[in-house]
Amino acid sequence: MNDFHAPLIDWAAVSPVLIVLGAGVVGVLVEAFVPARLRRTVQVALALVALAGAVVAVGLLWSSVHQSARLSVGDSFDLTPFGLAIQGIVAALAFLSVLVMADRSGGQDAFAPTAAAVPGSRYEEEARRAGLEQTEVFPLMLFSTGGMLLFTATDDLIVLFIALEVLSLPLYVLCATARRRRLLSQEAAFKYFLLGAFASALTIFGIALLYGFAGSVHLPVITDALAGRGSTPLQGLHVLAITGIVLVSAGLLFKVGAAPFHTWTPDVYTGAPTPITGFMAVCTKAAAVGALVRVLFYLGQGFDAPTRHEVQVLLWAVAIATMAIGTIVGAVQTDIKRLLAYSSIAHAGFIIVALVGFSEAGAKAVLFYLAAYGLATLGAFAVVSLVRERLTTGEGGEKDSVILGEATHLAQWAGIGRKAPWLTAAFALFMLSMAGIPLTAGFLAKFGAFSAAVDAGAWPLALLGVVASAISVFFYVRLIVLMVLTPAPDAGVEGAAAAEHAAADVAPGGVATATQQVTRAVVTVMTGWSPATVVVTVCAIGVVLLGVVPASVLDLAAGAAKFVP
Amino acid sequence: METMGLAPWLVGFPLIGAAVLLLGGRRTNRWGHWLGVLAPTASFVAGLVMLVALLGRSADERAIVTTLGTWFHAGPLTVEAAFRVDPLSLTFVMLVTFVGSLIHLYSVAYMEHDRDRRRFFGYLNLFVAAMLLLVLADSYLLLFVGWEGVGLASFLLIGFWDHKLENAVAGKKAFVMNRVGDMGLIVAMMLMVWQFGSVSFDDVLGGASHLGSGPATAMGLMLLLAACGKSAQFPLQAWLGDAMAGPTPVSALIHAATMVTAGVYLLVRSHAILEAAPNAQLVVVIVGAITLLFGAIVGCAKDDIKKALAASTMSQIGYMMLAAGLGPIGYAFAIFHLVTHGFFKAGLFLGAGSVMHAMDDSVDMRRFGGLARALPITAITMGLGWLAILGVPPFSGFFSKDKIIEAAFVGEGWRPWVFGIVALLGAGITAFYMSRLFFMTFAGRRRWPAHDGHETHPHEAPWLMRWPMIILAVGSVFLGFLLQLGGRFTTWLEPSTGHAVHGEPVIPVWLLLTLTLVLVVLGAWLAFRLYAVGPVPVEAPHGSALVRAARHDLYQDPVNETAVMLPGQVLTRTLVYADRSAVDASFLQLASGVRRSGDGLRKAQNGYVRTYAATSLGGLLVVAAVVWALAG
Repeated sequence: MNDFHAPLIDWAAVSPVLIVLGAGVVGVLVEAFVPARLRRTVQVALALVALAGAVVAVGLLWSSVHQSARLSVGDSFDLTPFGLAIQGIVAALAFLSVLVMADRSGGQDAFAPTAAAVPGSRYEEEARRAGLEQTEVFPLMLFSTGGMLLFTATDDLIVLFIALEVLSLPLYVLCATARRRRLLSQEAAFKYFLLGAFASALTIFGIALLYGFAGSVHLPVITDALAGRGSTPLQGLHVLAITGIVLVSAGLLFKVGAAPFHTWTPDVYTGAPTPITGFMAVCTKAAAVGALVRVLFYLGQGFDAPTRHEVQVLLWAVAIATMAIGTIVGAVQTDIKRLLAYSSIAHAGFIIVALVGFSEAGAKAVLFYLAAYGLATLGAFAVVSLVRERLTTGEGGEKDSVILGEATHLAQWAGIGRKAPWLTAAFALFMLSMAGIPLTAGFLAKFGAFSAAVDAGAWPLALLGVVASAISVFFYVRLIVLMVLTPAPDAGVEGAAAAEHAAADVAPGGVATATQQVTRAVVTVMTGWSPATVVVTVCAIGVVLLGVVPASVLDLAAGAAKFVP
Repeated sequence: METMGLAPWLVGFPLIGAAVLLLGGRRTNRWGHWLGVLAPTASFVAGLVMLVALLGRSADERAIVTTLGTWFHAGPLTVEAAFRVDPLSLTFVMLVTFVGSLIHLYSVAYMEHDRDRRRFFGYLNLFVAAMLLLVLADSYLLLFVGWEGVGLASFLLIGFWDHKLENAVAGKKAFVMNRVGDMGLIVAMMLMVWQFGSVSFDDVLGGASHLGSGPATAMGLMLLLAACGKSAQFPLQAWLGDAMAGPTPVSALIHAATMVTAGVYLLVRSHAILEAAPNAQLVVVIVGAITLLFGAIVGCAKDDIKKALAASTMSQIGYMMLAAGLGPIGYAFAIFHLVTHGFFKAGLFLGAGSVMHAMDDSVDMRRFGGLARALPITAITMGLGWLAILGVPPFSGFFSKDKIIEAAFVGEGWRPWVFGIVALLGAGITAFYMSRLFFMTFAGRRRWPAHDGHETHPHEAPWLMRWPMIILAVGSVFLGFLLQLGGRFTTWLEPSTGHAVHGEPVIPVWLLLTLTLVLVVLGAWLAFRLYAVGPVPVEAPHGSALVRAARHDLYQDPVNETAVMLPGQVLTRTLVYADRSAVDASFLQLASGVRRSGDGLRKAQNGYVRTYAATSLGGLLVVAAVVWALAG
């Protein structure tokens, strides 16, 4: 037994993670000690300050991390420029997500008054009447973000696994907190939990195999072992290493939302409260991609040619399947949230295309892609959270009406361009960016990803990517056509149509979409300044700026990618 | 120097006018037409000030370039936004703004009952601005902007009454045929950039003498193509007759006095290039000769007063082209004839407008006759224009056209004989068809149509329309004499066109003059016998083959349709078919394929966690199997 030596901790290096996790802990205390009427304000402010602080900390760390190429704390915390860049993206997008979560357009936020109540019970009704609010969502979200920040800042697979669980567990809970369609929400959360646990099992099994192979969970040691410089009895057992790598990758690809590990995505994205969906789609994906790049690129240093080839085959297969499923199944969706879910699957495919070369250009492309994708997706989900159903109860017109949940069926989105031209314009911009139309961020992102693949000799993959992009243009543009050119149906017809689609939407088995449709509800759009519209504006500006003057961001990404992993 | 700074304002005034009228909307309806009159008048005044300033300079200081700044850099090519004021451009400025202002004034009354009078004036101002930009530009590219601008204005104004399909079609026809010519100008500019790395007049024209004969000929022919399109010269002449669908003031301003002469301007401006390419020059002369005969023959058979005038315009521009192709001997006369023609042809068109005004917008000369008593002022002003175009001394046309005929007879070998005789013959035919027009309209018996048993009671147009006609008629009488006094006009143009050489015609000048006058009198007398003394049937007689051919514009439309339109349509139809059956079909197949596989794959997303987990695991196993298989 060695004596315990307290590690020398570079507090600055861990500051982004510490700030966010610390704020999460403070948030729990707030729940306990701050009076109910102030709680929400304090929580939102705390979350915003913490995430802004994390962004600032990333900015302050930037130059020192770039100078020394990495900042390590002990054996397990290892911050590289690439990891730091991912942290910056995650923290900034999480900041915007908090704004969407705090939005109360239409009078109420997106979260259940008490998520623990049985849906439809008397207790739930009373909680609603009492105006309770589940402000725990903010600390939960901070914990999750903290896990994401840690996810890309470690070279220890056990710490990586812990970070994975830290980011996942709060998300499972958050998914169950939707104010409306609660059964769907809880169902989504449960599915996410089960499948997440399944993926975690794959990951930990992979880690175990790698440990068996290299005698360590430390990436540098495993890399050495792969390169034949290790000293363990099993290091000749190549199949152990490759199986471990495949399993760990599978666990990470699950979080990325890549096929064939994507199956949770549509259901969970649909069921979760929309602000959480946006947060998951953007931040989880960014963090998971960051972790995947770290692990694969680090281990890639030790790959011999056959191993490298095998991992590339894995990535090729996953990329092709992901792009195909994302675009093809996305093309037949009728629910906006599901459509965006498939879109995010397709984007995961495009991101993986950029990775196949294990190249610096690929890492750079991934960083830019995550920023571009994140802005467009977050903005799109923010718009989704603003398109609502309104139920008119009396003859008093708008005065006697209540704002209900989101109108997510595509038929309900017809003609909202007239009701909310600016939001529609912003949404169209996000769609065009996702489709990769020039002068938007998405074009340069895809261009970077595909050219990285071509540089790596993976031109067939790039070609498939272009074809998939072309197909995806169909459903993005169809949305724009629907919003702008298709006239809005009148209220009565719409209610009937909504009821009809509710019946049609129930999948075989009927469990997935057990929703209660409100008939005779009209679609209304929450315009006017609110946190969500601020987010939409910021994202729209970001998408345009990244598309028109991308030079500075591309330079940052290039700098961060230089020291991969 | 300060006065020359006015050059941009020449373009600016009508441009502002057009912007206000077209963007101002209905608010400007009440006073818009007066603003429309004011804009070209302001340009005219500015032009007059500059003219006086320019006359005060010595001849070698009469070309002033005003640069507004750099328009753009593109690689090695830099284009300045610069205006060139020299005798040639200022001549055009004066013509365009003076005649333009008069026609604007005329239009105030002519268009009084039109709902869209404001829009009409907006387009007219746009035209004036573009035309002035065309003549003032100091580079071919800036000229091209004006060139396209007048094309646009012409298109908009021909189809101004687009509620009638044929008017819209006529506008389209003019637009499309002009595109052919525009391609010529574009290719010419490409050649310039290739040869000189520049499109400015100084660089191109200054360097033209060093051009090889190949590029010079190509450039010259391309410029000729451009000129043919804009000036309705053979073989791009077919649009002008149909362009008469536009309101008559438009025909007077755009399709007689100014825009259609832009081709002549282009060639005279580019004389250095043509001089470096004798073959291109010859082609210019041939095109001019063909067109002048073509127009004259067509003019003889037209019963539509405006179309007869249009044919005459085509023919007269043929004279100008011919002169421009003759070389230094002809440039000044080309421009001289252009100016006098601008006056008398605009006057004739305004007169025709006045007749139409009196005759319920009828244009059929067979239903006119004996209008001189009902419309005395119109008859007198048109009569003066008629004498001017005939070339009767001492009217304007005599001084300009005779000089061209004289110049056509100068030279060696076969050319002077062929071109000279064509020009001479043209003068005789011109006398016949213009006299025919005049006599059919104003002399002979009344053949006025009756509406619902009511006789037509033609009456003179309002004074607002009469004054422009009178002023233009005065110009038709005296302008030629005044400008030729002591070779004044030729000397004035020298800084732009070079020194006009003098040559001796192959037959003595006195004989030539006599021959011309004899032919003119013969033509006029024949027309008098046939149309003033003889009866004019209300229905057009069947006529000889030649008459029928001329009536159908020498079958220009069937020829164009067979030679160009039909192959073009076949090509586009084939392409459309290929697009539908190959491109679209495969695309639709892809789409339905995507939909079908999407629907199929969607079934896998059935909502059961067990299925999802199985998918993941199965997928993982498949991937792992592939990896292992490849690992060997």
